[in-house]
Amino acid sequence: MSTFDFLLQGLGTAMQPMILMYALIGVTLGTAVGVLPGIGPALTVALLLPVTYGLDPAGSLIMFAGIYYGGMYGGSTTSILLNTPGESASIVTALEGNRMAKAGRGGPALATAAVGSFVAGLLATLALAFLAPHIVKLALVFGPREYFALMMLAFVTVAAAFGESTLKGLTSLFIGLGLATIGIDGLTGQARMSFGVPQLLDGIEVTTLAVAMFALGECLFVAAQTHGLHDKVEAIKGSVKMTAADWRRSWPAWLRGSAIGFPIGAMPAGGADIASFLSYGTEKRMSKHPDEFGHGAIEGVAGPEAANNAAAAGTLVPLLTLGLPTTATAAIMLAGFQQFGLQPGPLLFATAPQLVWGLIASLLIANVMLLILNLPLIRFWVMLLRIPRPWLYAGILMFATLGTIGVNPSPVELTMLLIFGFLGYGLRLYGYPIAPVVVGLILGPMAEQQLRRALAIAQGDWTTLVSTPLSASLLAIAALALVVPMLLRLRGKGQVLAQIAGDSD
Amino acid sequence: MKHAILGAAFAVATATAAFAENYVIMAPAAPGGGWDATARTLQEVMVAEGISGNVQVQNVPGAGGTVGLAQFAASTSGDATQLIVGGYVMVGAILTNASPVSLADVTPIARLTGEAVAIAVPTASELQTINDLVEMMKADPGAVSWAGGSAGGVDHITVGLLAKAAGIDPTKINYVAFSGGGEALAAILGNQVTAGISGVGEFLPQVEAGSMRILAVSTDTRWPGTDAPTLMESGYDVNVQNWRMIAAAPGLSDEQKAAVLADIDTLAKSAGWKSALETKNWADTYLAGADFEAQLAKEIEATTAILKDIGLVQ
Repeated sequence: MSTFDFLLQGLGTAMQPMILMYALIGVTLGTAVGVLPGIGPALTVALLLPVTYGLDPAGSLIMFAGIYYGGMYGGSTTSILLNTPGESASIVTALEGNRMAKAGRGGPALATAAVGSFVAGLLATLALAFLAPHIVKLALVFGPREYFALMMLAFVTVAAAFGESTLKGLTSLFIGLGLATIGIDGLTGQARMSFGVPQLLDGIEVTTLAVAMFALGECLFVAAQTHGLHDKVEAIKGSVKMTAADWRRSWPAWLRGSAIGFPIGAMPAGGADIASFLSYGTEKRMSKHPDEFGHGAIEGVAGPEAANNAAAAGTLVPLLTLGLPTTATAAIMLAGFQQFGLQPGPLLFATAPQLVWGLIASLLIANVMLLILNLPLIRFWVMLLRIPRPWLYAGILMFATLGTIGVNPSPVELTMLLIFGFLGYGLRLYGYPIAPVVVGLILGPMAEQQLRRALAIAQGDWTTLVSTPLSASLLAIAALALVVPMLLRLRGKGQVLAQIAGDSD
Repeated sequence: MKHAILGAAFAVATATAAFAENYVIMAPAAPGGGWDATARTLQEVMVAEGISGNVQVQNVPGAGGTVGLAQFAASTSGDATQLIVGGYVMVGAILTNASPVSLADVTPIARLTGEAVAIAVPTASELQTINDLVEMMKADPGAVSWAGGSAGGVDHITVGLLAKAAGIDPTKINYVAFSGGGEALAAILGNQVTAGISGVGEFLPQVEAGSMRILAVSTDTRWPGTDAPTLMESGYDVNVQNWRMIAAAPGLSDEQKAAVLADIDTLAKSAGWKSALETKNWADTYLAGADFEAQLAKEIEATTAILKDIGLVQ
């Protein structure tokens, strides 16, 4: 049978009413946990695993898949409306999305996120079905030196989120890199900067920092502005639907986001967050309206949201083809497979084709369901912004705290939340951008570990970093992306660029 | 709302009449890992076998289980309903992190499952036997890069023990730590390193698919599913098993400890546990009470010595 026949057969399996119901439960739960900051799909799937012992394998795996995709959808909602990213992959969504929401364009922002997630989910799931064996070969070519080069590229793209001043942006980034040195060093197992506090041994949780900096910082900032409370936010201006111009600007971003997200998600050390950073940087560079970035450019929402959903599907490539779980959720889904006596691995497509294709088909169905569930919800979500702000921010504080305790019930974690909340407030007060801090915390340890791994394997020979065509070209692209704008500025063509830099917020 | 839904789901899952103790099991790791899976399997089997009416699993992740262990030891003294899952990885982590709390601060009950550590190379590698690999290390230890799990963990310790047994300076080994089994496996399959070391279960599907070759296993007997020799029969005095255990709270009375031991004994011998082990491909290496405590003391001593030799512990 061809891939296509298998897929049709899988759709047949997945279209049974009971299976559809499991999918619906999955996407609803997934959306709900995605909306709550801190509580991710991994925890939800882990909690539900014992419940599914009684279900048949197809039903429960499909429910898990629904939760997984749903979590990626839901994460964008709070990012856009409340400037509170629930997962690390929705951080850059907050940059442009929240600006749009504050300008009364929350509806189109949510819509481009939802449709973009759908388009990316659809394309990536199809790619999973047809290209998985080829993509995984590409992913295995990536060793430590290639990952290091990829991280360098991601670092350069962070500059896109710097805002008005490079100096302030770099300051924020280095705060994040500094925080990233806390915890056990992965390569030697030795504790760094933990000052004898056991909870610091594993470093600072990215979601804790993100929720604190974005949500708490915002709440404190708003509360401190006693005079600014009057109607700065327009809940809805114009339609909650996307305009023709929005569509025109969104669809290329969706496609680019999908193309970036899927392969990066498929890499064992890639991840949805890296994909979303790279997509944001790409959109800012490719946009015909670079001046709008920082003020609510719709491409800045469409691209990263497509990228993180495509990456979520990409994660399933190593899981299904090699049995490699590369995210916590994938690890628990692996446990789910094992519970039914299936060993995901190179032979899974051959030994249990019905289940694999059923899963892929149900991902397609979950994706459609999510769109149907989420589009009508948009008009209700935007009404959140009509809630009087003191109540709204009290609610955000409660959910941020609950989410943090939900993940890690410890007073130390709450203390960190509070401290970083004040840090976020301070940065906001003096006009320092928030996102680079979080990005530094995510990228710092990855770049450091991959660099040290590459050097260990090469026994200290630095030329290893440029010894493969792939790593050399990635580093070259990163260098060009960094240097070319500087050269343009130097050669006097920079007036436009300087103008843009001056305009952006 | 989500909590309500999950709560309801849980109520359904655990809606059996209370028989005995309502245990709380701490998994000192994030959801998704081996300890979490062990805790949740224990939860399921204990309820299904009527050993406990209601079992809760609590995740306290961090630092090879030492964060959870410290919290457990500090907050549960004398409470016989509290259990914690742990394993050999914890022994290493306590030492490398210089953790103030050790396994002496809880009441180890029994070793439940275990797995051999396997040394493997990609099929294309020219190394055919473990002796080839060791010869290569003898010529230049740094030239042999090893991909494995976290630094100071069971994989790292096994490489150190192998080097020592072969007369190679353990401080010279070129061990590259990866943060999860998946990442290390990808590095081995992608020919990024000379050899890989991980739980045998991670390698078996790759061996079956013809992309990898196991050179040796670390236990004293051969492991089911592979005909690879043990390190002992290849002439290296190394015997390591990556085991998982269950421990109880500190400060229990003899009666309390006996009751927990009896419950765990019932569990370990139940049909439900045996079938759970089978579906999860876990080997039954049950060892309880005084025998386990003696074995544990021996392993802690050997582990301390090798971590000092590698240079991870002062």
